Amino acid sequence: MDLQSILLSLKAIVPEMILTATGCLVLLYDLLIPEENRGVHAGISAVGVITALFSVLWFGSERIEAFSGMLAQDTFGSFFTVVVLVSLLLTLMLSRSYNDWEGIQKGEFYALLLFSSVGMLVMAKATDMMTIFLGLELLSIPIYVLVGFDRKRLSSVEGALKYFLLGAFATGFLLYGMALLYAATGATSLSGIAAFAGKENVFGNTLFLAGTALLFVGFGFKVSLVPFHMWTPDAYQGAPTPVTAFMSAGPKAAAFAAVIRVLVVAFPESHPFLLKGLWVVAALTMTVGNVSALVQDDVKRMLAYSSIAHAGYVLVGLVSGDRLGGQAAMYYLFVYSLMNIGAFAIVMLLSEGEERGYAIENFRGVGFRYPVLGALMTVFLVSLGGIPPTAGFVGKFYLFSAAVKKGLILLTVIGVLNSAASVYYYLRVVVYMYMLPERAEEVRPRPVGVGVALALFIATVGVIALGIFPKGLLSFAESSILSIFLS
Amino acid sequence: MLRILWLVPALPLLGVIINGILALFFERPLLLRKYYEDLEKGVHEEDSHGHGAEDHPLFHHWYRQLVSITGPSVVGAAFFVALVCVLILVKRPPHERVFQLDLFTWIQSGEFRTAFSLYLDPLSSVMILVVTGVGFLIHVYSVGYMAHEKGYARYFVYLNLFTFAMLVLVLASNYLLLFVGWEAVGLCSYLLIGYWYEKKSASDAGKKAFIVNRVGDFGFALGMFLLFWTVGSLNFSEVFPKALEMWEAGTLTPAVATAITLLLFVGATGKSAQIPLYVWLPDAMEGPTPVSALIHAATMVTAGVYMVARSNVLYLMSPTTLTVVAVIGGATALFAATIGVAQNDMKRVLAYSTVSQLGYMFLACGVGAFTAGIFHLMTHAFFKALLFLGSGSVMHALAGELDIRKMGGLKKYMPVTFWTFFLATLAISGIPGFSGFFSKDEILWRAFSSPFGGKVFWLLGTVAAFVTAFYMFRMVFLAFFGETRLSPELKEHVHESPKVMTVPLMILAVLSVVGGFVGIPPILGGSNRFEHFLEPVFEKGAELVPAAPHHFSHSLELGLMVLAVLVAAAGIYLAYHFYMKKPELPGKVAEKYPVLYDVVANKYYVDEIYHAIVVYPVYRFSVFLWEVFDVLVVDGIVNGVGRVLLGTGQAVRRLQTGVVHTYAVSLLIGAVILVGYLIFG
Amino acid sequence: MVPESYYLVLSGIMFAVGVVGVVSRRNALIILMSIEIMLNAVNLAFVAAGSYLGDPAGNVFAFMVMTVAAAEAAVGLAIVIAIFRHRETVDVSELKELKF
Repeated sequence: MDLQSILLSLKAIVPEMILTATGCLVLLYDLLIPEENRGVHAGISAVGVITALFSVLWFGSERIEAFSGMLAQDTFGSFFTVVVLVSLLLTLMLSRSYNDWEGIQKGEFYALLLFSSVGMLVMAKATDMMTIFLGLELLSIPIYVLVGFDRKRLSSVEGALKYFLLGAFATGFLLYGMALLYAATGATSLSGIAAFAGKENVFGNTLFLAGTALLFVGFGFKVSLVPFHMWTPDAYQGAPTPVTAFMSAGPKAAAFAAVIRVLVVAFPESHPFLLKGLWVVAALTMTVGNVSALVQDDVKRMLAYSSIAHAGYVLVGLVSGDRLGGQAAMYYLFVYSLMNIGAFAIVMLLSEGEERGYAIENFRGVGFRYPVLGALMTVFLVSLGGIPPTAGFVGKFYLFSAAVKKGLILLTVIGVLNSAASVYYYLRVVVYMYMLPERAEEVRPRPVGVGVALALFIATVGVIALGIFPKGLLSFAESSILSIFLS
Repeated sequence: MLRILWLVPALPLLGVIINGILALFFERPLLLRKYYEDLEKGVHEEDSHGHGAEDHPLFHHWYRQLVSITGPSVVGAAFFVALVCVLILVKRPPHERVFQLDLFTWIQSGEFRTAFSLYLDPLSSVMILVVTGVGFLIHVYSVGYMAHEKGYARYFVYLNLFTFAMLVLVLASNYLLLFVGWEAVGLCSYLLIGYWYEKKSASDAGKKAFIVNRVGDFGFALGMFLLFWTVGSLNFSEVFPKALEMWEAGTLTPAVATAITLLLFVGATGKSAQIPLYVWLPDAMEGPTPVSALIHAATMVTAGVYMVARSNVLYLMSPTTLTVVAVIGGATALFAATIGVAQNDMKRVLAYSTVSQLGYMFLACGVGAFTAGIFHLMTHAFFKALLFLGSGSVMHALAGELDIRKMGGLKKYMPVTFWTFFLATLAISGIPGFSGFFSKDEILWRAFSSPFGGKVFWLLGTVAAFVTAFYMFRMVFLAFFGETRLSPELKEHVHESPKVMTVPLMILAVLSVVGGFVGIPPILGGSNRFEHFLEPVFEKGAELVPAAPHHFSHSLELGLMVLAVLVAAAGIYLAYHFYMKKPELPGKVAEKYPVLYDVVANKYYVDEIYHAIVVYPVYRFSVFLWEVFDVLVVDGIVNGVGRVLLGTGQAVRRLQTGVVHTYAVSLLIGAVILVGYLIFG
Repeated sequence: MVPESYYLVLSGIMFAVGVVGVVSRRNALIILMSIEIMLNAVNLAFVAAGSYLGDPAGNVFAFMVMTVAAAEAAVGLAIVIAIFRHRETVDVSELKELKF
């Protein structure tokens, strides 16, 4: 590897470098400033994230095979980089106020968010099992810490421990799958695996098949597919709310990016066989997620279950196994990040602190007392429920029409049925906001700072604008998915 | 010039914005102030509807005047623009009366493109005129009706928003945009049903409407996906020609056509309150009365009929679906009418009556007479809106009282309300010359004569017409005629409604009388211009209709018409007999004074028998239907589905034990199954 | 020379031992150790496959796994300590505040 190619490779990881540098800066600066000024880290981090976003716009369209084929910068990677960075930006805006309220304002919080995002970006660009693994771990380890960041609160630490133990357990499966695939194919790169699968008959190759299965167990855990989803509600509920919002958006998108790339690049031949398995998983995931969410009285936990269901919808796009499905899944991941972070933001505002929980009762009468909060929450919930004219509807329409086009009628029926049922629990919150009288002891929302207001504004505008003018994002997703289909 | 069409939906949207700002920045602070003042004074908000502390500055603030102007006027302006557009369209030769205004591309991928575009043809012309015209009158009426409400601007925001959504629905150029409007009107409808959210029954009703409509929307969405899968497009201008092509080439089989149309029809039964998804409509009467008039009588509930008529090409490909539509429509028409007999709440009678009339419209569509269905949709919008507004006027005068048993003799207290209500009743009963007569007769005749029709459908419709005349006149006689049964304090209070409410009533009354003249059938010397106007829309589908097996003579048509009139007259007479001439008959008066009536025992005897074998069983049956079928079966199924889902949820969440080992085992089992599947599967 | 499959079978057995440990033990520390056994099984498989293929990638991968495992263990122990401060126990079956 000569200097030239090293420089070129570095160009492929400019956003990662910016985020890492920002994270280090935050850690160092944290030593210099008094405790009460620590909120400034959110601002520093946001500047770093915005710089990284611009760098993506600057370099992102160029295709670079970096570090001897370990990483690739392509439009596909750039798409997910944007998704992750936007989610991160919104999360930073929420975190500042939240950390003040809960008394956990620390520099490490922001540094960990930034480092974790670096892992996500690596994962989205990885073209080798080794980098996928590295990205995944770099993503996960800071998140374990973030879930347990409020260490004075038992539920936070409990969620962290559960997430950590199961996450490490699942990593074991993922790694063992990688080891078996390596033993079977002699390659760690995705294209090497594809080349092997193209030459040999993989259907008799036990090592190869077992390796593939275990690899998907690991991925299934990260994107919380049934039956690998059990950690999700507990970790989501225990984590500080901005972290929960982030977990439901960034890491999930990054893990899906890796899944899509692996499916498209490494397993183009054995696709139909694998897809049949994913078909069942998608149906199960949607159903279990929605049915469990129906009976939750804690809105935070309800949204956790709903995020499982949404992973199922996205998987429907992957099961379609074509360009349209991939494009739909990517579009959906983006808008899902916006609407879910928005919903979590409102939930966070209406809570009386983590200790008191997030009971749906808090939402009584909110629609009239605080019409803006109520209206925004309605927009997010309506979008999550897939009701037009929001982005959630366009996304679901796209996902299901991709499935219909592939003749997956039964899966579509299950999906639409699930979507119809899910509206019940989303709109239940709306019913509480608009149709029930207030509680005797009134819930006063926490003061909405500039950051939170801006985050809510971005999320709302995104959800509505992408519902009415989805064309731009859709064509971005299309060119992204093409960039790996054609490579 | 037709490009101004975009103004039609845009104007109500402008109203939403203006009124929204007023609601947010003027009304809300005032409401909050009042709320805290009340809290300090220890006053509870026990009076949720009207007649609160009207001397509060809230009710005299200038923002209310502004809302009173913007709210109705945007819809009025939209009506004017719509009228201009339709007139321009009519100037064109019949086959060029289609105009598509592309606003922007909404979703595009590959060859599939869906645009935000408006589609004006004779069918949508009728719809936008009805929506904006009747909508405007109802907005004006609301100014008077809602004057004492606290959430005045909020109400108009919802109402404008609804009008906007409904216009999107009827002007949509593709199924997807139609679905957008479809969902949006639903949402507005829940908001407005639950307007008095302090009332538990109101929010329950909102929820019920919501859940039932989920089922319908599920069907609609699936139908749309299936259509997209088969035809590859969702734009009206492409779907129907392409479907016809495929039909002729044999690539679109009747089975698929049946599946698509049946699924879409499931959506229509939800939105248009047909068996078995009608249960939400009567409960939806918890909302303010003008809302019932606009949404639950004149516009939203007819969206299903509009959609079926719009998809006429697809429906005509599947005689099976048509039969289903006709059977459901006919059965609903009769079934809901019989329930109407047993109701004593004015709005509930009208609600069941609406369900029943919508059944007529579907009956028309089911026998392939889409024009007749749309014709009835229009006339129904006039007279049913009028009936609801009239009942609202009564409610307004009687401080919310709606039980017709407690009314009586209102004629002399509120003459305008009475006369307009009476004209609408004549129209719905099918009295010759009134609008309802022409449209209903058209449906009955087509049910009899169409190749898809049959005598059974005609019989269903005719019997339903008899029952309709009976329950409508029962209501009129009980409420407006005879001795007043009002309580003394109400008697003091009763008054005719203000001009702002009665003028819309009068205009609607005129429309209810003359609205049918556009569709006088040839047999009565007319030329049925309405049908000719709509002809281009249904022309393509008409090629799929088999030739009529028989040719029916004019005298038969005339005979059936006379029969229908006689049947209606019989219904009216029956109502007159029992509720005017002998109002005591169903009661116990006869038992109390047997001697007095001994002289006329013979006559009495007949009446008693008649009562025992005809009226009483019908009444009992009606109550039985209502109690058993409506309350137990349909509600039971709706609640049952919900309970099963929630039960499953409770069961599934139990798996989430909180113990790490359970989670690890679940993961392990999943891994083993996945490995096993890939290796041995 | 010992055939490759022997190594793979051994690594499979080690992996199974680790999995059983995770599923059956209640002490968080022992669960952590079981996970380490699983990761070592992975390393064995990588190294064995690498040496039979004559490819250094397997060894490199094994080093990566070891490094990451160390970082993971550090974080894991920190979380276990945080739990211990709250509950004075590291028995994970007693952590049931978040459920259903």
